[in-house]
Amino acid sequence: MRALAVTAVLLALLLTSLPLAQSPAPIGVVSPAGRRVLSTAVVNDQEYVALDDVAAFVPLTLREDRQGGLSITVRGKTIVAPRDRALVSVDGRVVALPAPLTRMGGRWLAPVEFLPRALALVAESRIEYRRGSRLLLIGNVRVPRVTTRVEPVGSGTRVTMEIAPPVGMMTVTEADKVMVRLDADALDVAPVTGTSPVVTLVRAEAPATITVGIAPSAGDIRAAASNNDTAARVVIDIAAPVQAPDVSAAPAAPAAPALVSKGGLQTVVIDAGHGGDDAGVRGSGGTLEKQVTLDVARRLKTVLESRLGVHVVMTRDDDRAVSPDERTATANNAKGDLFVSLHVSASPAPAMTGAAVYFMRLDREGEETRREAGAQSLALPVLGGGTRVIETIRWDLAQARHVEHSGRLANLLAAALEGHVPMTPQPVQAAPLRVLAGLNMPAVLFEMGYLTNSAQEKRMTADEGRTALVQAVYDAVNRFALAGGR
Amino acid sequence: MKRTFLFGLAGFTALALMAWGVDAGLQYLGRTASPDAPVAPAPPPTPTAHITATLFYGARDGLLLHPVRVEVRLAEGPVAQGREIVRALLQPPPAPYVSVIPAGTTLKAFYLTSGGDAFVDLSADVSAKHPGGTHAELLTVYAVVNTITTNLQGVQRVQLLVDGKEADSLAGHVDVRRPLERDTAFVRQEPPPAVVQ
Repeated sequence: MRALAVTAVLLALLLTSLPLAQSPAPIGVVSPAGRRVLSTAVVNDQEYVALDDVAAFVPLTLREDRQGGLSITVRGKTIVAPRDRALVSVDGRVVALPAPLTRMGGRWLAPVEFLPRALALVAESRIEYRRGSRLLLIGNVRVPRVTTRVEPVGSGTRVTMEIAPPVGMMTVTEADKVMVRLDADALDVAPVTGTSPVVTLVRAEAPATITVGIAPSAGDIRAAASNNDTAARVVIDIAAPVQAPDVSAAPAAPAAPALVSKGGLQTVVIDAGHGGDDAGVRGSGGTLEKQVTLDVARRLKTVLESRLGVHVVMTRDDDRAVSPDERTATANNAKGDLFVSLHVSASPAPAMTGAAVYFMRLDREGEETRREAGAQSLALPVLGGGTRVIETIRWDLAQARHVEHSGRLANLLAAALEGHVPMTPQPVQAAPLRVLAGLNMPAVLFEMGYLTNSAQEKRMTADEGRTALVQAVYDAVNRFALAGGR
Repeated sequence: MKRTFLFGLAGFTALALMAWGVDAGLQYLGRTASPDAPVAPAPPPTPTAHITATLFYGARDGLLLHPVRVEVRLAEGPVAQGREIVRALLQPPPAPYVSVIPAGTTLKAFYLTSGGDAFVDLSADVSAKHPGGTHAELLTVYAVVNTITTNLQGVQRVQLLVDGKEADSLAGHVDVRRPLERDTAFVRQEPPPAVVQ
């Protein structure tokens, strides 16, 4: 009896799934909620989606009428699909479809084209279907198209990526690969054209990274990025393989640099200065401080996470106003090991240029707080017996305990910047800074340059300039980590 | 003819006596109506008394503050003198210096505590019109703090207020929640220049 029941259930499942049996690869659905998939089935050479699956992305209700047709209600508007007719009426407007909606196995199926042609007209948010890449975009998501071309140039190889529309991006070059991380929700990647023996792979990884694998035998790798109004471009030039030296005569080559140790660092907090109504400094060319700081912060997060393996917390990841106390609380609650606040400068003197690094300067009150911090310890009983000693310190002067390490971090950052970024005559300064005062971790405020200087404004808006800033912060954090966070 | 002359002289004398009597009467009435008014005759006009104060302005290169000796009107007592000094600092500086305090900023209040703290209440322009940037904000803050602590004996710290209220910062960077001490890290170290009239 039990076997019969199981057989009946399996048979029912088989019958139900028959119309969807001939299934191509599912459609990728990208929405602000994340990435999901939507199964499809091909019936009579027409690809269909099940409307109850679509309801998971776009709330809709189905009601069959007496003539065998279907009414679909979305946000109070109705789509009427007459029986066996390759059209629907969308809120009174007739829309042609390649095939009628059909009922199979207890489910209503609609041609894939129903989504952009009919459902998009009544849905609350954007619905766009990209047939070539089989992506369904719902809502306000950024999914740039990426086309990659591999071609020989001289004796070397060039990999060119076109990204349209342009988005923020970060390129990370390592010994055997170049990673291009895009500020996007997903990628619409076209097949790669061309091949080269030194390009071992071109792979897209979720959510929005493209990795170009490069053979170990390849020569120097140079990656450059540029932007215009319609597209961004990354050009990776790979020099021809270097002739192998006579190993019997030459000393052993140094090993390729491995991923660095993250030392005692677990969590790094990056603070993009200003935001929302508080735009910060406005450059002579119109560049806003809040935009520069956020973009550099995002790039820095990518680099620190991918190369140091640390957890990066951002005090803001979008264009919103955040109070100093909120920034401090975010960092302290995340138990950050390090805090870097990003800013740019302004001056009434347009010629003024250079970067500077600040750390907290304590006044008499702060010095007293620091001296008393160790003395004011509380021994609290804990469950299971014993005690736990807790050092107390004023919450608004928590930085007092860390000023020495903060100063060291500031000096490391200034040293990493030297030679790569113009510096002010006093590149490291101590000052009473609001965002640093309550931080319970080594912390610095990095003024990346003067937006009121047109040359520096150009540099800070260019990919190359921002990459140099990110690289310097990365180097400083890495050295600080190698020293055990001291 | 002689008679006519005598009549004229007598009439002129009578008119002069009447004028003297009316003037004396008015003076008497005036004294009775304003008993508190000063009775001493007004002193002859003299040049306004000044002190030479050291004010801190920005250099053209935007790097540091410069101490500049400027004549400021003498006032009665440290509070009034402090007000005069801050008002002078808020005026456009003499060439070749530049102001590091946003134009239009005014002094709303100034007072001293017995503990040696000065409270300087500036109008909201000091914040709203500030160009931003940590360095520029440090120059603004320490132009005020150093000016007051340099010129008013006994004042050790300066608490900045904006539009009558305590503020976190002027432009998002420098912590002005607590009184600030003098800091010469942002001041060019050089011999003081000549007095600017």
